[in-house]
Amino acid sequence: MAIYRTPFSRNLFAEFDRLRRELDQAFELSPSIRGLGTGFPTLNVGSTPRSVEIFAFAPGMDPASIDVQIEKGVLTISGERQAPAVPEKATVHLGERFAGRFHRVVSLPDGIDPAAVTANYRDGVLHISAQRKDSALPRRISIQ
Amino acid sequence: MNQNIAQNEAVLNEAATQQQPALAPPVDVIEDASGITLYADLPGVPRDRLDIRVEGDQLSIEGEMQLPMRDGLEGTHAEITLPRYRRVFNLSRELDSEKVAAELRDGVLTLRIPKAEHAQPRRISVQAG
Repeated sequence: MAIYRTPFSRNLFAEFDRLRRELDQAFELSPSIRGLGTGFPTLNVGSTPRSVEIFAFAPGMDPASIDVQIEKGVLTISGERQAPAVPEKATVHLGERFAGRFHRVVSLPDGIDPAAVTANYRDGVLHISAQRKDSALPRRISIQ
Repeated sequence: MNQNIAQNEAVLNEAATQQQPALAPPVDVIEDASGITLYADLPGVPRDRLDIRVEGDQLSIEGEMQLPMRDGLEGTHAEITLPRYRRVFNLSRELDSEKVAAELRDGVLTLRIPKAEHAQPRRISVQAG
């Protein structure tokens, strides 16, 4: 399997790819009781000095029906995705897409301001941005 | 010896740029009397990054994700690690590949491929006597 190297070293995916390789080395494969899949929606989480960014890949949803909650530093994303309507006397040859209720949980680090969390839905990706409280930002301490 | 190594490297580089790794999107394929409807999950792909082609009897779907960037973003948990989707299907003869209709909305691609005229089911009435 060839390792893909992006020519743009500062992009989002080069960062995620680096992390994936580091994790692969750190953990042995062990069976998860929840099966092989990562669940729906698929999640990518990243952090910047000022925020935590969550990308939930949830295509084909009405954004008003996605329930995003934050409580005690835990972010939950839940809702229900409808399966496509199958006309009478039709045959389903492939049915790989997820349908039904979903519920995913992300633990946020300490220092997130729950009043400063925004969510946007575009092209099927739910992008949640959680700002850190000012008191949680790194501060330089001057030496007298 | 050095020349061989250089040639090998050139071949590998060319192969790498031609087929960049991609994720295979999950699909639902439903066939009814008049054609096939295909739904593909391509979250993160805007309309201008979607490429659908039919070459001969092969249908290929390719899409590049475009996600909002943030300065200094470091990945801490990644379940999607490639920025590209690709999936290829062979279409059977009775499908009319020239009349493929496509719609992309909220990351879901809906393709409608009708059956060719001659392949539409026709009931043949049986005359008495």
